[in-house]
Amino acid sequence: MATMINQKTSVLGSLIAQNKDQILREWIAEMNDSARRGDLIKEVELRSQCARFLDLLAQGTAGAGTNVQSGAYDPMREMLGEISQSRAQQGFSAKETATFVFSIKRSLFTVIRDAFEKDPKTMAVEIWNATELLDGLGLYTTEVYLKAREERIRRQQEEMLELSTPVVKLWDGILALPLIGTLDSARTQIVMESLLESIVQTNSKVAIIDITGVPTVDTVVAQHLLKTVTAARLMGADCIISGVRPQIAQTIVHLGINLLDVTTKATLSDAFGLALQRSGFALVKPQKKEKQDQ
Amino acid sequence: MAVVSSESVPVANETDVVTVRRRVREVAGTLGLSLVDQTKVVTAASELARNTLLHGGGGTMELTTLNGPRLGIRLTFEDKGPGIPDIQLALRDGFTTGSGLGLGLGGAKRLVNEFEVVSRVGEGTKVTIVRWK
Amino acid sequence: MEKIPILRMGEFLLATIQVDMHDRLALALQDDLTTRISETGARGVLIDISSLEIVDSFIGRMLGNIAAMSRVLDAQTVVVGMRPAVAITLVELGMSLTGVKTALNVDAGMELLHSAVDGEREFYGSRI
Repeated sequence: MATMINQKTSVLGSLIAQNKDQILREWIAEMNDSARRGDLIKEVELRSQCARFLDLLAQGTAGAGTNVQSGAYDPMREMLGEISQSRAQQGFSAKETATFVFSIKRSLFTVIRDAFEKDPKTMAVEIWNATELLDGLGLYTTEVYLKAREERIRRQQEEMLELSTPVVKLWDGILALPLIGTLDSARTQIVMESLLESIVQTNSKVAIIDITGVPTVDTVVAQHLLKTVTAARLMGADCIISGVRPQIAQTIVHLGINLLDVTTKATLSDAFGLALQRSGFALVKPQKKEKQDQ
Repeated sequence: MAVVSSESVPVANETDVVTVRRRVREVAGTLGLSLVDQTKVVTAASELARNTLLHGGGGTMELTTLNGPRLGIRLTFEDKGPGIPDIQLALRDGFTTGSGLGLGLGGAKRLVNEFEVVSRVGEGTKVTIVRWK
Repeated sequence: MEKIPILRMGEFLLATIQVDMHDRLALALQDDLTTRISETGARGVLIDISSLEIVDSFIGRMLGNIAAMSRVLDAQTVVVGMRPAVAITLVELGMSLTGVKTALNVDAGMELLHSAVDGEREFYGSRI
């Protein structure tokens, strides 16, 4: 029974090959009806994608019937994967992307119906095969699309996290890292990476971490801060934490958080002054020269 | 999850621990993991390999590359040693204690995305870790 | 078995670790350094780990031991050149290496050693 079906689906393959132009024409017409997104993809490009799809479809059915996971369908899945990923990037919706595959059904069924007009049993079998085949490919397309979208969202989230942790050089060897927003573990990783890379690039010995913009400082946030400070210290840079409001100082003592021997200052400017001192700099106000009368 | 390839590395002496580090770094690099992630998984592998050697009497590491849902690397360290009597205790080294007298399981756990330890006293230990890209 | 070479730079010693050490090599380094400090009366040790891509808990403990043993022999230890990825990983592992002085590179490390040693000298010198 299984062999019979395979023989018949290579029938499907040759049907497709023989009627390629007709299927192509009707398929594209069908897609035009269901919102082809001409704004996102050119007719010429779409046509060539469809033609290639049909070739690979004929090839696949000849080789492995309707088993879309098999090796004979590798080039087909690869092509669908590419199309799907690029559609995801171009801004097509999941439905619009899957429509690429599903909209071929009508034209393919027409071809099958015409070929087996006198043989309803075979017609039924082939229509089922075609359905199974296209459903499998359509679902695969959707899967790839979803993966690509998830990946894109993940990357955007990472980029946003990076943008929100800028490291600023205040002076030779002195960096400042103004933290804005909550400090969760994902953010802490990005913060550490940015800060440490900057320390290496600028050859800095002091890093001021300003937490004025961090709304709550509890044990968890304090641990994240400590991690960052420790990592910087392991590389040879000292940290000063600034922006410690009185309430935060109270919380730290109240919760028994041990900040080791990290210096903390209320304001960024205090911290900067201390950093200059520690780096061996002294700020000198030039003396006003008395105008000497002749 | 889809397995792409798998290999077995013996962990029988300290040179093997170096081999473990080298091999894991090669694979992690090929998979395209970020530098920090590569460093983390190689370091975790080093910790666990040393455990297998020193506490488990030697064993093997199974290195598997995964592709589904994402690219990833999975390492399984297995030995037929004395086993871990109290797994919860072994996992519980806090952030501030770095004395390193324990098995370092808690530390290794923080370096990876997925962590599982199965151990029976008198039979052996199996630790599996996964780092996704 | 290869050994990590130890160079003498004035009253300081410099060890540059460039290979992925197996445990025995690391222990050998510990021994060699303490021996050399005794032999030369060195006041400081600089350990350059800028080539190390991986520092696990064993190497971390080794660095801590070297610092502690050197201190007993009246020498300061500075570890220089830790890579960012390594620092992040060590911190996640839970190692803070509190007994170990660190610096960004060899130059900064030398400066640190000088000021540490000279500072001591000043303090003790004034009491003689």
